[in-house]
Amino acid sequence: MAGYIVRRLIMALPVLVGVSLITFILLNVVPGDPVLEMMGKHVDPLTLEKVREQLGLNDPLYVQFGRFLFNALRGDLGKSFKTGQPVTKMIMDTFPTTVKLALSSAFVAIIIGITVGIISAVKQYSFFDHAAMITALAGISAPIFWVAVVAQLVFGLQLKWLPISGYSSPKHMILPAVVLGIRFAASIARYTRSAFLEVIRQDYIRTARAKGLAERAVIFGHALKNAMIPVVTIIGMQISGLLTGSLLTETIFAIPGLGRLSIWALSNRDFPLVQGIVLFTAAVFVIGNLIVDISYAFLDPRVRLQ
Amino acid sequence: MDKTLHSKSTSLWGDAWRRLKKNRPAVAGLVVIIFLIIVAVMAPAISPADPIKTDLPNRLKPPGAPSAICKNGVYILGSDEFGRDILSRVIYGTRISLSVGIISQAIVTVIGVTMGALAGYYGGMMDMLVMRTADILFAFPELLFYIGVMFALGPSIYNIFIALALIGWAGVARLVRSQVLYLREMEYVEAARAQGLSDARIILRHILPNCMGPIIVSVTMGIPGAILSEATLSFLGLGVQPPTPSWGNMIYAARAYMLSNPWYSVWPGIAIMVTVFAFNLLGDGLRDALDPRLKR
Repeated sequence: MAGYIVRRLIMALPVLVGVSLITFILLNVVPGDPVLEMMGKHVDPLTLEKVREQLGLNDPLYVQFGRFLFNALRGDLGKSFKTGQPVTKMIMDTFPTTVKLALSSAFVAIIIGITVGIISAVKQYSFFDHAAMITALAGISAPIFWVAVVAQLVFGLQLKWLPISGYSSPKHMILPAVVLGIRFAASIARYTRSAFLEVIRQDYIRTARAKGLAERAVIFGHALKNAMIPVVTIIGMQISGLLTGSLLTETIFAIPGLGRLSIWALSNRDFPLVQGIVLFTAAVFVIGNLIVDISYAFLDPRVRLQ
Repeated sequence: MDKTLHSKSTSLWGDAWRRLKKNRPAVAGLVVIIFLIIVAVMAPAISPADPIKTDLPNRLKPPGAPSAICKNGVYILGSDEFGRDILSRVIYGTRISLSVGIISQAIVTVIGVTMGALAGYYGGMMDMLVMRTADILFAFPELLFYIGVMFALGPSIYNIFIALALIGWAGVARLVRSQVLYLREMEYVEAARAQGLSDARIILRHILPNCMGPIIVSVTMGIPGAILSEATLSFLGLGVQPPTPSWGNMIYAARAYMLSNPWYSVWPGIAIMVTVFAFNLLGDGLRDALDPRLKR
């Protein structure tokens, strides 16, 4: 197992280098001078040149990129152009907020999604099934930013139940977490239902029923664990969706997380910060997928990690 | 007597069409999509007003308010912050969303199919190169990538096509590659090779037609994603620029007037949801009809 994890992490390295390279190329195509942006319009050319020299921006591009990679390997992502703080610190300051938001919405979404999916599968073609599946499809069809705006409008401005933006109390997290979770819950419900339908047609389920097990034991003892394998895959695939969603939710609800920081970094042409956030997010994604693959081995003894 | 033995033969496509026709949600989705296409094409004829014609004294009117600029004399869905007719803007927005969905998927499909077919058929270095690039693109935070590309190239609908295509092809390439890997070992392909057919002819005439099912499903499933991405980018101010109406930039504008005209933000959102919903219904139906193996 340990060997497998190490091998997977080594295999991830070229991917992360590739992600960094593409980001680096993109950033160098972005119009506008980041140093001018940082120093203000009225800086004299001499100072400008000195700052560029200090930041290493006069070196050839491949030297700049090589230096970034070398430092990144040692855990140093450079300093933000805009604030002067280390990028790693800025990421670590905001990431816990994003994780808190993502986990709280994922937690509720997974419970609701799996429960609804199972009921829909067990009572296939019932009224509940149809209603749940239409709702779920609507959930994945609604743009997350619009749901956020409508939620602010209805629950914040009209009903005045919840604050519409900011991040100072647990109450502030409710709307963003729900908004972020809707899409997640909807897709989990859809996949759980179809995975469950597949499993309950298998021979071993018929055997379990034939030997007189209670329906409850069949569903929870035999079907659930087997149906969870594809569902776990989907949960893993949604990690990046959750990060994308938190980018929008944080921006709309003014939550100081990594998503909002990334938009701020891009619009301020804070290249080291953008570079660092992209690399960090890609690493989170790669590790997330690794965790999913490892969890297969626990769910399905037939899977051998190699 | 013969008649009972020879039932009418049906083609793969005929079969798929019959299965799709029986799937009521998918048919409903298809009907809505056809309706939306008609709306997009006929936009100038059916819009009550010019979508960029302003009427400043009549700003932010509620639905049903009298209007000087609308042909029927009423703002059916209300007016926006410049007194423009929201209904007309929603109608014209259909053009943006549908063209982004369809054109971006067309580009993605052409690149993805080409790359996937080359990688799968030739293997080796070609395969390595294409699939590792795809891995990298998959690890990218998608929205952040789009936003970066829009910053780099500047906001416009054409750059949205580029942004979506740069990442989107990778998924199609993976799908086509796995199909080609399987099909190239089939005996009929071997027979074609033994006959001395060129590689290009084998790929185009004998392998790709057999991958059409999964490709069609993936294109249909990709359209709603592309529509949502365009709306998101326009909402962030990086996509279609005002005064050209796009559902995304309308919702962005509407945010500032949530109190004075709450309906303003609701309409374009409903339009996005209905459109995406219809494509999802059709996609689900096509998947079940065309590709039983993909059924999950």
